[in-house]
Amino acid sequence: MSADGAAASTPLLEMRTVNAHYGAVHALRDVDLSIYEGDLVCLLGGNASGKSTTLKTLLGMLKPTSGEVVLDGEVVNDKPTSYRVARGVTMVPENRRLFKRLSVRENLELGAYLRSDTGAIAADLERIFELFPRVKERLSQKAGTLSGGEQQMVAMGRALMAKPRVLLMDEPSMGLAPALVQQNFELIQQIHEAGLTVFMVEQNANMALSIADRGWVLQTGRVVLDDTAENLLAHPDLRASYLGQADT
Amino acid sequence: MTATVASETGSAGPAETPLAPSRPVLAQDWRRLVRMGAVGAVAQIFIALSNMPVRLDERLVVKPILSLGYLTLLIVPFAAGHRVGHQIKREGMAVYAAGAHEVAGGAACGAVAGGGVSLLAVLLANFDLREPLVNWSPMLAELLAFGNATWFAVVIWLLIGAAVGGSGGALRVLGPSTRRAVVTMALAVGGTAVLEPLVVDLAEGMRLEALTDRLYAPRGGINWTSALGLAAASGILAVLGRGRVRQAREHVAALEGAKRTRTNLGLIALTGAALVILPLFAGKLTNELLANVGLFVLLALGLNVVVGLAGILDLGYVAFFAVGSYSAAVLTAATSPRINPEMPWLVALIVVVIITGLVGLFIGAPVIRMRGDYLAIVTLGFGEIIRLIFLSDWLSGWFGGSQGITKIPGAGIFGLTSVAGTDPRRVFYLVLAFCAIAIYVSWRLERSRLGRAWMAVREDETVAEAMGINTVNVKLLAFVVGAVLGSFSGAIFSAKVGSVFPNSFLILVSIVILVVVIFGGMGSIVGVIAGSAVLIGVLGGPKQPGLLAEFSEFKLLIYGALLIWMMLARPEGLIPSVRRSRELHQQEMAQDAWLKGQVEDDDGNGGGRAAPAT
Repeated sequence: MSADGAAASTPLLEMRTVNAHYGAVHALRDVDLSIYEGDLVCLLGGNASGKSTTLKTLLGMLKPTSGEVVLDGEVVNDKPTSYRVARGVTMVPENRRLFKRLSVRENLELGAYLRSDTGAIAADLERIFELFPRVKERLSQKAGTLSGGEQQMVAMGRALMAKPRVLLMDEPSMGLAPALVQQNFELIQQIHEAGLTVFMVEQNANMALSIADRGWVLQTGRVVLDDTAENLLAHPDLRASYLGQADT
Repeated sequence: MTATVASETGSAGPAETPLAPSRPVLAQDWRRLVRMGAVGAVAQIFIALSNMPVRLDERLVVKPILSLGYLTLLIVPFAAGHRVGHQIKREGMAVYAAGAHEVAGGAACGAVAGGGVSLLAVLLANFDLREPLVNWSPMLAELLAFGNATWFAVVIWLLIGAAVGGSGGALRVLGPSTRRAVVTMALAVGGTAVLEPLVVDLAEGMRLEALTDRLYAPRGGINWTSALGLAAASGILAVLGRGRVRQAREHVAALEGAKRTRTNLGLIALTGAALVILPLFAGKLTNELLANVGLFVLLALGLNVVVGLAGILDLGYVAFFAVGSYSAAVLTAATSPRINPEMPWLVALIVVVIITGLVGLFIGAPVIRMRGDYLAIVTLGFGEIIRLIFLSDWLSGWFGGSQGITKIPGAGIFGLTSVAGTDPRRVFYLVLAFCAIAIYVSWRLERSRLGRAWMAVREDETVAEAMGINTVNVKLLAFVVGAVLGSFSGAIFSAKVGSVFPNSFLILVSIVILVVVIFGGMGSIVGVIAGSAVLIGVLGGPKQPGLLAEFSEFKLLIYGALLIWMMLARPEGLIPSVRRSRELHQQEMAQDAWLKGQVEDDDGNGGGRAAPAT
């Protein structure tokens, strides 16, 4: 199923025919997803298509009504969020959602909340400073006072502090100026090239597919397309509904 | 032009603009003046009809001249007159020197404010509004007219308002050191007079009755001769001590690292020593006050964990105080209706902590699943439910219903001493010990991993959960820690008072504790202590008289006024935590930074500024 050669190994994170409800509302319908180690994949979809619900279900903030969420070969349906975070599933929330009244340092340290390896945490902090020198300058400042781009860096840094194996990014382009969106996607690519698995959820299909290897398209809770990025970019339905270019 | 300004300000820095000459007397901002005066007038009418002047007329401040009642009225035109002369300093705009303009403006504003009382006097003479306004009394009319006819009241209040308002404005004309001396003198005389019971009590403890006999008139109030002496003495002290305090504070603030820590530890040790020694020289009254303050410090520290750190707005905090008091009472008193194990107090305390912790879990479990307003309302309900359970007939076989539990023995400490309300000094030492524990615990918690998690939950619960924080557990823990700290206070309270009744735990107690936390500064340990000292010590708690026992009737009115003032002037609380003040003054700081950036740009690279234009 996967485009690269990892098909034989077990996926890092997987959803097997997952259904999820908000009360009576059927939010996810038989969703199948598999994310392999080293992937850079994206989930596309319009408003209310179930993108964020998928993330919540993967992270354990919402329990599926049927189907299985599998982390590293283990069914984690009944495991709490903290269990999954401790095993390398980390989310960068949409709109960055920093702890605005806490300092940048506190934000970063909270990212490593579940870790107890003090030495490695300090080393990771240094690594983040290397990646984002601007963040180091702002350490004692309150996160809410930073500019949008800087906040994005801190949000990314906070997620990296958890020592993730797979990074779930909720709408990385939301609320950012076009130039920053570009920069942000370059950053995602950079992090991915450094060896991290990335799963992003996006409305901006063009942007996401330009860096992703593969993608799924979600429509009212159902996966309607599952293909490589190139094929998706060329797909007529997608071009019509998401890329804003009707086929002529 | 820039060159001359630069040379004039020179060393003072770019932000300072030179003082422009004083404005002409008649160039007033009339609109502002009338508005301020009208606010003053309304305030005075309100104060007069709150009956404060009549009730406090008996209490003299300076022997034959001034009573506390009149003082409550006079403070208004003074404040209005002073305030109206305030200039908003805007960068780049001229700042005028204070002069006759300020005095005249203050007087005019004060006269408008005084006109409010004049109007009230006329209305009092011609209408009878006793029905809706209970304090619409002949006594008030007589007080306002100084025993004379109504026309006299009208004229005299206009004159008084003008005079007092003018002096408020005149305060601006004085140089900074003179002003400090004048303010110190006024505060010294006013403070000594208002705090008469405390001063007398302390003097008795130190065998200095001779001094207070000379200072105060036999039936209250400072003799006007000693008032003059006191003013002179404090004025001299103010002139001599000019700047010393600030120097010391700046010196401490400038210290860094280990030296700073050592100084802080020294200050804490000094404060601790003072608190241990002071009660030895203080009489019953002072110790009673200190003990009450301590009880509320304990409660406020507990609520501070819940509200200040974890951000859970708990309006029913009194529930834990009640559970602590009642369980201690049942466990120690021989007279408790159903079971009376008569445990020693310290043993009972362990059980009390466990019981209250469990109640905290029990109440917390359903409550913390809610957020924001809903949570606040539900906690409010639980606060009442607990009280009603103690009041209920159903459980009166256990808790005595409305009769409560009486004859609770004092708190025995290892059989060494027994601490009961009859000896407030011992109560205070006991409270002090528990406060020390609570302060240490709060201080450690704030800097712990758990404290960090609480703050994350306060900021954004969803994201905190996504970070792997178990928000339910963490919030429950906040509830339990708060409950346990509150139960200490409850256990001491029941031993101190010797009896517990359901109506000692009204909703008002919850509100007062919350006001203490907000007033002192949410999330700030020092602030919470200062808040208790001011609100509980000076004004009094829900049932406990404070230092200003005369004001106890108007306590809630003053609480409200203080809170409003606080929200306007110091929204971060009396002594804010560093974090909170950062947050609330962020806008100003951002603006300052922006301005500074501008200035630097102007100085440094003129070319950079021209660039965008092309």
